[in-house]
Amino acid sequence: MTDRAHVLDALGTVFDPELDEPITSLRFVTSCDVSAEGDVDVRLRLPTPQCAPNFAYLMAADARDAVRRLPEVREITVVLEGHYTGEEINASIGRGDGFAGAFPGETEGELDALRELFHRKALVARQSRICEALRTGGATAEEVTALRVADLPDDPGARRCLELRAHLGIPSDAGDPAFVLPDGVPIAAADLTHWLRMARLIRTSLEANGGICRSLLAVRYDIPDPDPEEVAA
Amino acid sequence: MYEKDGEKYFVMDSHIHFWDASPENWVKGQEEYAKGWIECFHAYQGLGPEATHWPIEKFMKYSEADFEKDVFEDGYVDVGVFESTYLKEWYTTGFNTTERNAQMAAKHPGRLITNGRWDPRDGDAGLRQLEQDAATYGLKGVKLYTAEWHNGSRGWRLDSPEAEPFLVKCEELGIKNVHVHKGPTIWPLDKDAFDPRDIDVAATSHPELNFIVEHVGLPRIEDFCFMATQEPNVYAGLSVVIGGLMHARPRFFAKVMGELLFWVGEDKMLFGSDYAIWEPRWQVEGLVDWNYPDETFSDFPAFTTESKKKILGLNAAKLYGVEVPEELRLPVPPDEPASREDAELVESR
Repeated sequence: MTDRAHVLDALGTVFDPELDEPITSLRFVTSCDVSAEGDVDVRLRLPTPQCAPNFAYLMAADARDAVRRLPEVREITVVLEGHYTGEEINASIGRGDGFAGAFPGETEGELDALRELFHRKALVARQSRICEALRTGGATAEEVTALRVADLPDDPGARRCLELRAHLGIPSDAGDPAFVLPDGVPIAAADLTHWLRMARLIRTSLEANGGICRSLLAVRYDIPDPDPEEVAA
Repeated sequence: MYEKDGEKYFVMDSHIHFWDASPENWVKGQEEYAKGWIECFHAYQGLGPEATHWPIEKFMKYSEADFEKDVFEDGYVDVGVFESTYLKEWYTTGFNTTERNAQMAAKHPGRLITNGRWDPRDGDAGLRQLEQDAATYGLKGVKLYTAEWHNGSRGWRLDSPEAEPFLVKCEELGIKNVHVHKGPTIWPLDKDAFDPRDIDVAATSHPELNFIVEHVGLPRIEDFCFMATQEPNVYAGLSVVIGGLMHARPRFFAKVMGELLFWVGEDKMLFGSDYAIWEPRWQVEGLVDWNYPDETFSDFPAFTTESKKKILGLNAAKLYGVEVPEELRLPVPPDEPASREDAELVESR
């Protein structure tokens, strides 16, 4: 029988596509209830009522899909609260008719391309954290770029890299290169310094946005802001 | 003017507002949006020091006396630039229109610059309005908000064919400074509305115009920086970066400043307080006191007194042709001839 802890674990696999962080650690899950009969009710909140509708939709839809994959779940209700397009998004997710169904005539298609764009940015940012740690530890550019997937540390950051690679269709067998460009081409030793400079900017952007989102959420819902400089693992 | 440790800083605040978001000004049927908008702004104020927070009632509509005290008396601002924001779908007389801003500016000659606006969805009528506004207010700049709603449309792009005649018109009328604020909605909704590439296109085809990207393209700082390194006429507007990060997230602030100084450079960064979201005083004082927190930032460009002077006022003064008192300028090295750009500024006065 699925209980609340299972549902929260499932919601922990849902990432804010723009920030590449789980919606649970971002505290976007306001409440999560499971009835004795297996009905699940999830309420979501965002830092501002004006957060971009496309990302808001993806998080709500992904939350529903994640709960749907759990065993013995009956009715699922996912409600995005306090958002200017919440009504459209909630209705469309309830009906299951996609982003275009939420905003008829206002889109050219679904959100796959948008999602892929942010997977690419997230992969760059995640890999660069690992690379920088290795470089700080004394590894040369040649040593870093020679590493294989099997050499990656077994931690959440590296596991997320592999997930992102899978989303982007980049092979991740043990013998594949550990660090790749978003199109799957291995990073060359000679390009590493330049790549890290670009990657650090992307990472800073993601982290600063995450910081602003956390601050705004804390102010909006009057909740404590535990670690002001918190960075995703 | 702000003075600290014997250094004097000319302060030009390139992003200020005098808005009316009081319930009396909410459009009937749109109250939810009007209220939501100003509450969202108010939450941003919460990212500044607690002593500078206002109650929501004052935040919705503050007085002229508040403005004068916060900006001129306490805020050290020598010259401020009004970035007009209309939002007439939600606010009956507009949020802070050129007209409202110009009334305030008229009371403070030489201290306030009023920027206009245009919206490509207004077509020919919009072009005529821009001509009229340029004549009435002597516009040197405009503020564009690409996420503004208009007759069922939820935004527009700067590289659209409809925007082109407006950019040409700006050139024609000598409106050289185009402040752009990307927002969360744009047609089509499935694209990234914050992507600044449309600004890139416009900046390339209009080298005579300066494009000041407000809030440094937040949340797409990286896309903005990659663009700004390639476009000599693209500038970084620092509002929200200072107000939203310097106090609340000092370490991220240091990283963002380091990246901006590296990619964009101190000659193309403009201070903006975004008053009344945040008062200028603590931002000016904080920026002058600021430096990188530790040696892990050693590969970023240095942040010097000269950097601070440029960013706090001299860069914006150059863009707007504002005369800076001699004692507040940077010393010109005797062996360095004045640049061609400087000569043009002098001639056009």
